[in-house]
Amino acid sequence: MAGFSMRPCGDFRTTYRQDTRIYDTTFIRNAAILGIIAVALIPFVLDGYYVNLFIQISYFAIAALGLNILVGFTGQISLGHAAFFGFGAFASAWINNTTGIPVLLSIPLAGLMTAAVGMLFGLPAARIKGLYLAIATLAAQFILEDFFARAEWFTGGSYGAAANPINVFGYEILDDFSFFYVSLFFLVVMYLLGTNLMRTRDGRAFVAVRDHYLSAEIMGINLTKYRLMSFAISSFYAGVGGAMYGHYLGFVSAEGFTILLSIQFLGMIIIGGLGSVKGTLMGTVFMVLLPEVMESGVSALSVFEWASSTAVTDGLAYIKEMAIGLAIILFLIFEPDGLAHRWQQIRAYWKLYPFSY
Amino acid sequence: MNFELLFQLLLNGLIVGTLYGVVAMCFVLIYKSTQIVNFAQGEFLLIGAWVCYAFLVEMSLPFWLGFLFTLLFMMAFGIILQMVVLRPMIGEPIISVIMVTIGLSIFFQAATKWIFGATTATYPQVFETRSVNLLGMQIETAYIMSFVISLFIMAGFYWFFKYSKLGLAMRATAFDQQVAQSLGISVKTVFAMSWAISALVSGIAGIVIGMVNGVSSALSVIGIKVFPAVILGGLDSIVGAIVGGVIIGLLENTAEFVDGQYLNWGNLFSIAPFYVLIIILCIKPYGLFGTKDIERI
Repeated sequence: MAGFSMRPCGDFRTTYRQDTRIYDTTFIRNAAILGIIAVALIPFVLDGYYVNLFIQISYFAIAALGLNILVGFTGQISLGHAAFFGFGAFASAWINNTTGIPVLLSIPLAGLMTAAVGMLFGLPAARIKGLYLAIATLAAQFILEDFFARAEWFTGGSYGAAANPINVFGYEILDDFSFFYVSLFFLVVMYLLGTNLMRTRDGRAFVAVRDHYLSAEIMGINLTKYRLMSFAISSFYAGVGGAMYGHYLGFVSAEGFTILLSIQFLGMIIIGGLGSVKGTLMGTVFMVLLPEVMESGVSALSVFEWASSTAVTDGLAYIKEMAIGLAIILFLIFEPDGLAHRWQQIRAYWKLYPFSY
Repeated sequence: MNFELLFQLLLNGLIVGTLYGVVAMCFVLIYKSTQIVNFAQGEFLLIGAWVCYAFLVEMSLPFWLGFLFTLLFMMAFGIILQMVVLRPMIGEPIISVIMVTIGLSIFFQAATKWIFGATTATYPQVFETRSVNLLGMQIETAYIMSFVISLFIMAGFYWFFKYSKLGLAMRATAFDQQVAQSLGISVKTVFAMSWAISALVSGIAGIVIGMVNGVSSALSVIGIKVFPAVILGGLDSIVGAIVGGVIIGLLENTAEFVDGQYLNWGNLFSIAPFYVLIIILCIKPYGLFGTKDIERI
């Protein structure tokens, strides 16, 4: 079946190999490769504003994928993802500043450090689940935020920490143009890792824990081990995303990692689709673009009297926040399976067009 | 040891703790009857306080009238919220339910900041005297009033659930929805009413705290402080909510005392409840009075 470029209209898979393939057909695989090449051309075609947006999307998308592995695939709820994201940013800056390990290496190391912290706060998950776990991770968010403000040796306290730019074989990456490729590299690698994780035994164990944890336990899956592992992997992703964020901005301050960011991460995976790697990316794009669209929408409406009044222009930050809340609510009510599900429907529609039923 | 300060702080803790207890009670009310975890409880306080402020200051109504209008507004607000947003969520997985209330919480927080501004506003003076002398200590009148109001609300809750018809219907629904429905109780009404009562009482708590501390978006922090209280008391126990609230209030002020006298960390009092929360979740997840989930395969 390997040579087929069309998808059969049904499930005719006969081996596990076929069942766990990432790309159903060679056409999709080629399209994905072409898509990455097309994205790689963005800095040559579009201006700096879009390059900056892409970089934002890439580090948020990496962290959001981690959250989706935890929430969407393993079914554990975390309200403290932003704290782990922040921990990664501080950890990478700290490793690089104190030991002199090159930044490119300190980013995954920061990820590992964050994974250890994530496992520590995931420990209650061995005993509790659902709502109780959500509240425990909420506490983790506040405790870590307090830690950022207090631990001056690690984070620089209220002054924040300076993060050096990424250095690839003696070439310093200072501008958006070259950072774009670093972030694209990390994005592709982390997403490939994430997709492949779901094809392994561990990935299937996560899904089993989510779907029915008692059955999973009876089938021989060690619940504590897999819950902790999920927390560790999720925090690893958050740490890597956070480290990229820190080295991109060049400065990490303790204020940026509030509960609102945690909620935004959750919003990304809910809007994108829980339990979907592709959906995570879509949701992140949505969440990053939403405030930008709101802003340009308001400035486009400013020809009208009511929209150019100070109430609207001064309240723009609040309007953006309201839009985030509203997007989450509307998606949960009208499209609980997220953009990934919508995308499937659109594809199914066009596949059978004009004879769809 | 500075005993006078400690005593003063403990008294503060008791008063603040009863307020936490009241808010926690509202939270438990919603959880018990509709199985929804309300992360927007703090925003109810915020909205109640701001609406009352708008009635009193911008429309300059007398206090009792503004207060009454606020209560009516909060009641309608709770019912509409339940009907429009929460009703479609019945039967959805827990993550969706949590996220909807979180979405509501950031929406209303941003909305109140947009409409009323981000600065702290104060109510017009309601009481003649600012503070009274009790057992050799100066206590603000507003504090005493808040304590009395909290006790009144608790007594009201007790009467409501023990004797009123609607309260009995709500208890029946919390016990078993299907049985309640088959006995002719409108579960829809019960759901709507539990949100209405919760919003109303939270609104009162918001006004009371607003009188003491002024109205600002900081009020919604109470909605977060409620979590340690309800987890300590047990998620589905109203008595537990009150006890948990009082304990968290006392704990906060004890932490402030220890911090101020010995440690000088600066903000131990705001973070201590969360350490306690994690410890409770690790050793006794169902709290002091909560019912333990028993799962059958």
